[in-house]
Amino acid sequence: MTVTFQIWRGNASGGKFESYAIEIAEGMVVLDAVHQIQAEQANDLAVRWNCKAGKCGSCSAEVNGIPKLMCMTRLSDLPLHKPVLLQPMKAFPLIRDLVTDVSWNFSVKKKIKKFKPRPPDAKDGTWRMFQQDIDRVQEFHKCIECFLCQDVCHVLREHQLHDAFIGPRFLVHVAALEMHPLDMEDRLEEVKKAGGIGYCNITKCCTTVCPEDITITDNAIIPLKERVADRFYDPVKKFFRFLFANH
Amino acid sequence: MATFDQYDYDVLVIGAGGAGLRVAIEAAAHGVSVGLICKSLLGKAHTVMAEGGIAAALSNVDERDNWKVHFADTMRGGQYLNDWHMAELHAKEAPDRVRELEAWGALFDRTKDGRILQRNFGGHKYPRLAHVGDRTGLEMIRTLQDYSIHQGIEVHMECTIISLLKNGEQVAGAFGYEREKGRFKLFGAKAIVIATGGIGRAYKITSNSWEYTGDGHSLAYHAGAELMDMEFVQFHPTGMVWPPSVRGILVTEGVRGEGGILLNREHKRFMFDEIPELYRHQTADNEEEGWKYTQGDRSAKRPPELLTRDHVARCIVREIKEGRGSPHNGVFLDISWIKTKIPNAAEYIRKKLPSMYHQFKKLADIDITKEAMEVGPTTHYMMGGIRVNAETQMSTVPGLFAAGEAAAGLHGANRLGGNSLSDLLVFGKRAGEFAAKFARENKQAGIDHQAVEVIANKAVEPFERTDGDNPFQVQYDLQEIMQDLVGIVRKEEELLKAISALEKLQERSRKVRVIGNREYNNGWHTALDLQHLLTVSEAITRAAIARKESRGAHFREDYPEKDEQTGNCNLLLVKGPDGQMQVKRASLREMRADLKQIIDEMK
Repeated sequence: MTVTFQIWRGNASGGKFESYAIEIAEGMVVLDAVHQIQAEQANDLAVRWNCKAGKCGSCSAEVNGIPKLMCMTRLSDLPLHKPVLLQPMKAFPLIRDLVTDVSWNFSVKKKIKKFKPRPPDAKDGTWRMFQQDIDRVQEFHKCIECFLCQDVCHVLREHQLHDAFIGPRFLVHVAALEMHPLDMEDRLEEVKKAGGIGYCNITKCCTTVCPEDITITDNAIIPLKERVADRFYDPVKKFFRFLFANH
Repeated sequence: MATFDQYDYDVLVIGAGGAGLRVAIEAAAHGVSVGLICKSLLGKAHTVMAEGGIAAALSNVDERDNWKVHFADTMRGGQYLNDWHMAELHAKEAPDRVRELEAWGALFDRTKDGRILQRNFGGHKYPRLAHVGDRTGLEMIRTLQDYSIHQGIEVHMECTIISLLKNGEQVAGAFGYEREKGRFKLFGAKAIVIATGGIGRAYKITSNSWEYTGDGHSLAYHAGAELMDMEFVQFHPTGMVWPPSVRGILVTEGVRGEGGILLNREHKRFMFDEIPELYRHQTADNEEEGWKYTQGDRSAKRPPELLTRDHVARCIVREIKEGRGSPHNGVFLDISWIKTKIPNAAEYIRKKLPSMYHQFKKLADIDITKEAMEVGPTTHYMMGGIRVNAETQMSTVPGLFAAGEAAAGLHGANRLGGNSLSDLLVFGKRAGEFAAKFARENKQAGIDHQAVEVIANKAVEPFERTDGDNPFQVQYDLQEIMQDLVGIVRKEEELLKAISALEKLQERSRKVRVIGNREYNNGWHTALDLQHLLTVSEAITRAAIARKESRGAHFREDYPEKDEQTGNCNLLLVKGPDGQMQVKRASLREMRADLKQIIDEMK
């Protein structure tokens, strides 16, 4: 079967969609198609990828307008009677073709206060932790840093508030640190001010696109918002914020 | 003369997977300036693909375990070609390296009493692998990454080194390019640590990511270092085989550790058919005993599915060759059968093997809690690499160090699952420490800018050609040759054929043509990687020709037995004065008496 792909070609100074038609085989994912086009028709097509197994989070792009990992998007799940549209993530500056500059994410993480464990409390100089106490943090540790949640978040995507809001990925990161049974650091003021947690109005777009199925909004952001509210707002305001958050 | 952006460090670390990060953290802790080169973005290295766990004799699950047992298991698995001192240091130091990760924020799965849980794996006598479901590598690299970013290490993301620079005998720096704009970067360094991982992209069917083009092996070799044990390429027994586009993607050994069994087309559990002598008394007598072992029955012996990877891979190849394979040229790996043994099996499988469940469901429409997977061998790991000193990890070139998969010695002829993650922690730390020490004790060697210019000019030649081969096509052809002629089962005539085919490819690689400009041009990157791939492919093939016996991961159809007369040695590959690759034999060092005694006691 022949399928047409419309791929964004260009850099920060401009570009356009180019059409490529290829023969596809059973089981192919979008990244396979991109590789085939790159090898046969466009050797200089820029694409970022590594593991091709949904574990490294490198090949993030927008497939028919939806943020996805190209390596985990099967062609058989797409409508192939019309061209498949491939474009780079919109929330980050374009480098070339399907590759964007995601370095902002790395600089955001560097500013978050690091893990600070309490002193070991078991006789052998280590800690005791129970599985039920780490389950939720292990969920956050599943994050592969594909930054698709950042890409879909309207605060970053539409409003470009990269200076004021750290985005869902790093709210998950802060939640993982704050809820770590050993951690003693306090990041609530940081997540409220520099982190801009108030910008999130819980539309749950991030949760929807997460390829690791992390329940970003319910398990990470809302509990963090509640902690911030408990600390910084009086009970009446807290009540209203609670109502707002749930409706 | 052209000038390039120059960066100077006491220690330059090439590679930012688990090994490179651990090296960088340690070097920085010793107060020297550290530069870290990532071929990809930080935290995306191949370590994320490691699934099963980190081998360390913590003895949290079985108190009979200790470093001596781990040492003996590692040596037995490596068919005694391992550097015994490395195996000793590794077994002794791995537990501390794991506990250190916990102190840096890693969250391993827990035992009932709140300690780090450990699981069974092939070749390990007791449950030994600290793990996080089946995504241990991700937990590890993220922990190291998040720790490292606060240590003052300077990171160069999406940067590839194309050549090391020397001044006389000593290393002076490295030269490479950044992908975004394609600009060259010049690094001056007092000590350099190679932590670039493996060579899997030399093969068609591989579990390895695109970065694994043997850069470090090749850089070190061309800088005069010795490579060792290059004939020992590990083919992991279980990679996905269907659909074609996912062929080679890893299916963790953890599936078998949790009770998964291998079946042929006739639904026969074929692994009981052949048990190697070295493991006979450690292997279960029947299926029931094997099951009990996976469930923690300490009187039971391990099922034959948990024999070493070299053996399991060969048994699978035998089944397929003799016509008992699955429909897509693999065999069946079944974990769903445990529903006949335990309640809530589906939930248990999803909890213990979440990414395997996800991977098969998404990519192959298979629900592993209900049906069997189809699997077959996939190129996975390079046991060989840069020959290093066991304690310091320094190569035969002063100031040049290596750690992790790029270094040789620990694994001998075959690596046990879980020993790679512990390897890169233990020897990453050591390499970082001793590279920092070397940097403090030595001056920066001068850089020959003329030589740099020659390298730079050569690197952009592919753009100047108006006609020539497509670099992707040359890479595909190389992968076909290595897969077909230097794969799991080898013989002299095919290996010789591979040598002459590689020579022809060498010619073609010098004439590849790249279109477009230097901005993020994957075609150009592939063209530059070809040289590394060709060097390591030649090293593998030459060593495979020279080892006229079968041992560990190296199987010769024309010499199917182990040869105690000629085989008890390591093979070294060095660049001769004429530029040709030479193979030398190095006899094994006499093992220290106390270690020998441990091995005798554990037999």
